[in-house]
Amino acid sequence: MSDLILTPNINGVDDFYAELIATHDGLSDEDSQALNARLVLVMANHIGDRATLSQALAAAALKSEE
Amino acid sequence: MFDDRYTLAYKLYPYERSADQDKAAPVRHPVVVMGGGPIGIATALDLGLQGIPVLVLDDHEGVGMGSRAICFAKRCLEIADRYGCGEPMLDKGVVWNVGKVFHKDDQVFEFNLLPEEGHKYPAFINMQQPYYESFQIERLRELQAQGAPIEIRGKNRIDNVEVKDDHVVIEVSTPDGPYTLEADWLVGCDGASSPLRTMMDLEFTGKVFQDSFLIADIKMKGEVDFPTERWFWFEPSHGEGASMLLHKQPDDVWRVDFQIGWDVDRAEEMKEENIRRRLDAFLGGVDYDMVWSSIYTFQCKRMDSFRHGRVFFAGDAAHQVSPFGARGANSGMQDVDNLGWKLGLVINGKAPDALLDTYDTERVHGADENIMNSTRSTDFITPKSNMSRLLRDSVLALSDPYEFARPMVNSGRLSVPCTYDGSSLNSADALDGPERTRPGSSCPDVPLGDDFLLSKLGNDFILLTINADAPDEIHEDGVVVKRLALTTNSDPTGMLKERYLGDATSAVYLIRPDQHVAARRPNFDENQIRTAISRATGKE
Repeated sequence: MSDLILTPNINGVDDFYAELIATHDGLSDEDSQALNARLVLVMANHIGDRATLSQALAAAALKSEE
Repeated sequence: MFDDRYTLAYKLYPYERSADQDKAAPVRHPVVVMGGGPIGIATALDLGLQGIPVLVLDDHEGVGMGSRAICFAKRCLEIADRYGCGEPMLDKGVVWNVGKVFHKDDQVFEFNLLPEEGHKYPAFINMQQPYYESFQIERLRELQAQGAPIEIRGKNRIDNVEVKDDHVVIEVSTPDGPYTLEADWLVGCDGASSPLRTMMDLEFTGKVFQDSFLIADIKMKGEVDFPTERWFWFEPSHGEGASMLLHKQPDDVWRVDFQIGWDVDRAEEMKEENIRRRLDAFLGGVDYDMVWSSIYTFQCKRMDSFRHGRVFFAGDAAHQVSPFGARGANSGMQDVDNLGWKLGLVINGKAPDALLDTYDTERVHGADENIMNSTRSTDFITPKSNMSRLLRDSVLALSDPYEFARPMVNSGRLSVPCTYDGSSLNSADALDGPERTRPGSSCPDVPLGDDFLLSKLGNDFILLTINADAPDEIHEDGVVVKRLALTTNSDPTGMLKERYLGDATSAVYLIRPDQHVAARRPNFDENQIRTAISRATGKE
């Protein structure tokens, strides 16, 4: 079991960010939301570890751990 | 006035005047069961087999019309087998293993229950509920003929109860007028809208789901090439329903289930022309007869406690779930399985009243597990928020191209028996054995030559020894435990070893009358086993 990484971890983060925005280019709000939802599921499956996923959900909800 | 609330499929216990109605003082019965549905009759079978006098009062005179519950799970059938009526059910029922899930027109997912070999009963059978009930009542009549102290009284409606410290006073209405009875114990098996719950002013809390489902049971005319599989559609493209289910029953009857939304005009939707409109959109040119139809809504609710002094609640009266996952009648049967032997021991003075409290703790645990699974399926099938719908649709969209998303598709997680982990009746696990047979588990079946393990366990406490010595019988404070001696020399399939030994070379299992494991260890140790028996009967 590993802890959720909350320090910089992506090489070429600007490239990734640009690719993320570009993937949404030209989509309606509805289609963009659907794409995000699919992305969450794809990435969640890649992470796999249940505890890490719970930490990620809490981090995204901006719940700080004591 | 004594009107039927529903039409009967079979009139099996017509009203007859009972001698109790002419007695000056109320007659006292050890156990009265309220309701002659599948759970009430199972209660009568369980107690009757133990020789405990049991009286069933039902406000109708037989089995209600309509397919209703159609999916009966392995554990439910094993319990029926213990009562002696599992085999006719298996003969009549349709066995199925494959399920397909469609989104719009595309198949996104197919599953096979891949039934494990070496069990007397399959994972599921489909069968109309009136058959299930009739087989139980046939068995009940057979036991009565053999002298079992069971009685059913039709058109005996309980109108009021007064719960005392050591008995219950019961007011009964009949076509000949009212009479009063007393019972040492009362078991409420009177269904989801339980009048008994209302009479006792007890709460039933949980979630109501805002959706309705239209059931149409149909018989196809001519050749139809639907296989014996469970087919489930999310957003079927014919547009008749937000989801749809197709499932086969005996007698060439098919269950079609349409999710039709919350704000519907029930009378309008139930008109045959409107049901046919939906069916025709799905079936195209196929000709069919309509057998039965109904509209249902559902809720996931339970009572805070299933025991209230001298009164127990079982089945839908105690807990209600959505139909997704076949957890209604199946969990009700597990309630009866759990309550029967405990009530029997207490009535016979062989166990303390405290044993009965464990009916509540163990079955509340079971109900919560069912409600959790059923709620999750329901949230997937009928998403409550926009985001829930978006995520659901995303899972469906991903499940065709990518295998990872398929297990997330939830069109009903099918019922499996509850394990009573943490129950006060369990002794600490002392065997390095398989996880699936740890204390609290329901015993998995094993083939033994022409027979099966569960058939040999019967209805009493059993000491199952595998490659281990032990006395043939142990008497502990009134409780008799008989030994069932097996060895791995007579285990040609290796399933006994796989399911009960694992890496261990020998084992001794203490098994409760409901076929759940109470304790296990590598060898016989008299003190340890006696302590485990005391514990399993609520004496520790």
